[in-house]
Amino acid sequence: MTKTPGGDASAPPLLSVNGLGIGLPPGGDRAEAVTDISFQIHPGETLCLVGESGSGKSVIGQAILGMLPRALPVTGGSIRLQDKVLPSQRDAAYQALRSVRMAMIFQDAGASLNPVKRVGRQLEEILKVHGVPAAERRDRVLDMFEAVRLPDPARIFAAYPHQLSGGQAQRVVIAGALLLKPALLVADEPTTALDVTTQAEILDLIAALKADTGASVLFITHDFGVVAEIADRVAVMKDGRIVEAGRAGDVLDRPQHPYTQRLIAASRPTGAKPSRAEEAPILEADGLHLTYRSGPIFNRRVTQAVRDVSLSLAPGRTLAVVGESGSGKSSLARCLLRLEEVERGTIRFKGADITHLAGRDLQRLRKSVQVVLQDPYSALNPRQTIRSAIAEGPIIHGMPVAEARRKAEDLLELTGLTAQSADRYPHEFSGGQRQRICIARALALEPELLIADEAVSALDVSIQAQILDLFRDMQARFGFAMVFITHDLRVARAISDDILVMQQGRVVESGATGQVFDRPAHAYTRALLAAAPGLGLAMEEGAA
Amino acid sequence: MSGVATYRPSPMPWSVRLSLVFIAAFVLFALFGQFLSPHEFRATSMFDRLLPPGSPEYLLGTDARGRDVLVRLAVGAQITLIVAIAGTLIGAILGSLLGILAAARRGPTEAVIVAAIDVQASLPIIVVALFVLAMFDNSFVLFLLLIGLNGWEVYARLMRGATLSAKEHGYVTAVRALGASPMRIYLRHVLPNILNVALVQFTVNLPLTVLLETALSFLGLGVQPPLTSLGQIMSEGRDRLLTAWWLTLFPGAIIFLLALSVSLTGDWLRDRLDPTLRSER
Amino acid sequence: MTGYILSRVLRAIITLLITVSLVFIFIRFSGDPAAALAPPDAPQEVIDQYARAMGLDQPLWQQYTSYIGGLFRGEFGYSIHTGRPVEALFLDRLPYTLHLGLTALSIALVLGIALGAIAAINRGRLLDRAVMGFSVFAFAMPNFLFGLCLILIGALVFQVFLAGASANVLFPALTLGLAAMGSFARFARSSLLETINAPFMRAAEARGIPFARRLILHAAPNAAIPLVTLVGLSLGALIAGSVVTEQVFAWPGVGQLLVRSVATRDIATVQFLVLAVAFTMIMANLIVDLLYLVIDPRIRVK
Repeated sequence: MTKTPGGDASAPPLLSVNGLGIGLPPGGDRAEAVTDISFQIHPGETLCLVGESGSGKSVIGQAILGMLPRALPVTGGSIRLQDKVLPSQRDAAYQALRSVRMAMIFQDAGASLNPVKRVGRQLEEILKVHGVPAAERRDRVLDMFEAVRLPDPARIFAAYPHQLSGGQAQRVVIAGALLLKPALLVADEPTTALDVTTQAEILDLIAALKADTGASVLFITHDFGVVAEIADRVAVMKDGRIVEAGRAGDVLDRPQHPYTQRLIAASRPTGAKPSRAEEAPILEADGLHLTYRSGPIFNRRVTQAVRDVSLSLAPGRTLAVVGESGSGKSSLARCLLRLEEVERGTIRFKGADITHLAGRDLQRLRKSVQVVLQDPYSALNPRQTIRSAIAEGPIIHGMPVAEARRKAEDLLELTGLTAQSADRYPHEFSGGQRQRICIARALALEPELLIADEAVSALDVSIQAQILDLFRDMQARFGFAMVFITHDLRVARAISDDILVMQQGRVVESGATGQVFDRPAHAYTRALLAAAPGLGLAMEEGAA
Repeated sequence: MSGVATYRPSPMPWSVRLSLVFIAAFVLFALFGQFLSPHEFRATSMFDRLLPPGSPEYLLGTDARGRDVLVRLAVGAQITLIVAIAGTLIGAILGSLLGILAAARRGPTEAVIVAAIDVQASLPIIVVALFVLAMFDNSFVLFLLLIGLNGWEVYARLMRGATLSAKEHGYVTAVRALGASPMRIYLRHVLPNILNVALVQFTVNLPLTVLLETALSFLGLGVQPPLTSLGQIMSEGRDRLLTAWWLTLFPGAIIFLLALSVSLTGDWLRDRLDPTLRSER
Repeated sequence: MTGYILSRVLRAIITLLITVSLVFIFIRFSGDPAAALAPPDAPQEVIDQYARAMGLDQPLWQQYTSYIGGLFRGEFGYSIHTGRPVEALFLDRLPYTLHLGLTALSIALVLGIALGAIAAINRGRLLDRAVMGFSVFAFAMPNFLFGLCLILIGALVFQVFLAGASANVLFPALTLGLAAMGSFARFARSSLLETINAPFMRAAEARGIPFARRLILHAAPNAAIPLVTLVGLSLGALIAGSVVTEQVFAWPGVGQLLVRSVATRDIATVQFLVLAVAFTMIMANLIVDLLYLVIDPRIRVK
């Protein structure tokens, strides 16, 4: 990946934000969304604004484009674009600036296109409202499609948004943003919703376009991996304030603020766990096939989610299953959990065939195989206290109620919460705390195998690191084996002994984690590794 | 996005307070209104025909057969209330059970239930009621059952959707993995989380049931004399609209205000129970 | 796309077939159909004659097939009171009901959507609250009460009698369309608000598209999609409402025919009208489903 060093610090700044403050409606957790924000972007420079959810980073992008909702008024400071001070609220003056002097792209590109209009027409409209003659419009849009490396521009021009892939949609949106050659591009988490390989392509594209056009970029992200790929300078935000700012290399190598240090540490892979001697496997799968059929008779859609997947897992070890969305990794988890009936193949648990277990036998198996799911917000019944949620498993399997309820308290303390919180409801906890509760619920049955399906993907990076630690601690304490499903190579490297890479329902590569990371055999694995933001950089450092 | 969500429950607006007061007054009137007058609701009087409201002994006047309008309204309100609540409950329970069953069982069970929903949706309930009443002798029980059918398909459709989406929730997967039986999953985890949907629909359906009962009675095909209901009183007074307005306007106003109060309360309840259904968004 | 059309058409046919069968079953098992269809007080021989003519001595499945066959051949039976074919009675009345129903639907659509749009644009302000208040009022107002009030006001204030076949269609249409107008207003408002807040509307703003253009060219077509469904659904309410409204205004339409036929136990007529209503509704829903193909590219191109 090429990183073009950009920015001419000696030139007058393109954008300068001075002491910007933005208010929140009363009753929130703080008085202002952002407070005393100051930074400058020079021509041709990329500034990354980094922060976790709730840090107020997106609000700044909206303020620059003059798109703050009424409930979030500017309370102080100023924004200056070259020689022009921008109005502090929604104003007709912005109409002439948007697309022309500055443009913005959003996280979900598909949703930022009108679903009932052809995408070419939507881009032509930008030219129309900014006074470009009708005769030129189509060609300019097609040229721009070419510039963002969209295949077959004429076909894309006539397509509806739902016919585009996520990466194509983001290219279309970027094409629209750059149509009128604005001096500033504000990109609000533009790659967060994309798979890693697509993300890498889009980051590459933004860097290349920036080099071609000399535009400046304000890149808003939560991911230090992305920062390492694209930033010239960085500003780190926490709770509405900038806590650290500087040149990208300086901040990444020598972070000063403890919060920055934590974020960067959490985004870097730790060394792979050492391999241990092989024991008889606790879980074996052989030639699993799963096909989903949905829709009415005439519209039947058939998806081959899992194709001929085999795996083996020794007691106490962790197998990471890695793949992009649609690779079938979560379907595989559902098969192993016996929540989905496989079409073909066998699953063995401690040597016994459990492929078609039913009734009492299946219920006994459930005691030994537990799950932690991705979304901690939907994984807990909102109408059940957490004590009752954790105690439910043991009660189902015959533990006396009083004992199960005491056990729930013990588990809460073990997973880093307090026993006093046992009688509260899930909505009173943060995402990270809920994931601790979910882990406690799974551990209440003292399982021998734990299946974690994207269990840290919905969490902020600093929380991710804590939850991964908790998984490791609990594994050391209880000795369960773990299948860890993830799309994130950093997470896989941090937690697993062995790794299994999936693509379109098939296993393309498997082996010891260290070996797969150091010497990937399959082209797809190499592509994934190359695409993972920040991973390349960190590994080079590790080697040095 | 870093927008900070703030949720504050809104205070009860005056329109809802007034509605609750009216609903309470209506229920009290239906239960005890008969004791406000010395007359019996069927008692005719040859000498007191069509007296206007405010006449001595007859606070709200009399009808064409000299019966006291006040006491007839009280009895009519009682019957309307019974029919509305019983009818709404029948539809709610039947429809909800079918909807949950369809989502729980899938396969042929679901296909049959969905087909039944389609059939019901293609026949307005008033037309079904007229068809049945043309063939069978009208009786109070039959009438109640017909009213009960009102809107069952809406409950069934809503509850099927709610159950299907609840089944997708992580907690159902997690509890299944814990080894919970289907009974336990549905009773303890699915049902408590979809009951809101039925409750909100109940407040939409109740005024519609009141309007259906009164409309059928107004057409002379609902509650039959000697029993009476608000719609039936209106129907009897209809031909004297210009000379004895109180016979139609009093029961009409009560029906309207009752439907209005329940709707306003229902809208407010919906906003409270389910922020995602909020009409403000 | 062909799959979509086929599955919708098949669903409509199945629904229609079930409805027809239910009507058949109901009439066969509600006592003696011959006695029900024969004139009241007919001697036993006449009833027997009816029974033979209807093929009641044949096995049930044969009765069923000949019943379905009759429907296909357009033999719907005769009214016991006039002796005329029921479809002729129906066709006499249909123009009145169409006139009334289409006027009501037009009023409801135009005024309802306009009110909803006004409310959405003035969200949270007095005008918004007034429109929302009106929609609750329209929902709760019984159409027979509203109709009677119109007649009363017309007679007392303007000295005109608003009921009867020769009266102006506007007043019964207003009565019939009131409830639909309220629900259109409410639905148009929420649909428009939802669209206005959609990510692509923010993106359009970020691209410098002016407000009026965003509203008319971007929000409106998207907001209209769910509205099509609502129009289909409101048809049932309109048919139900027309039964009562025609009665109140002495409007000689199909609804009045239905009520009269029920009161006089004219089973053949009632049966035909029920089937006609079901057929209309099922066709309307099918048309709505197919309309989606035109207005929503997400279904058109899969």
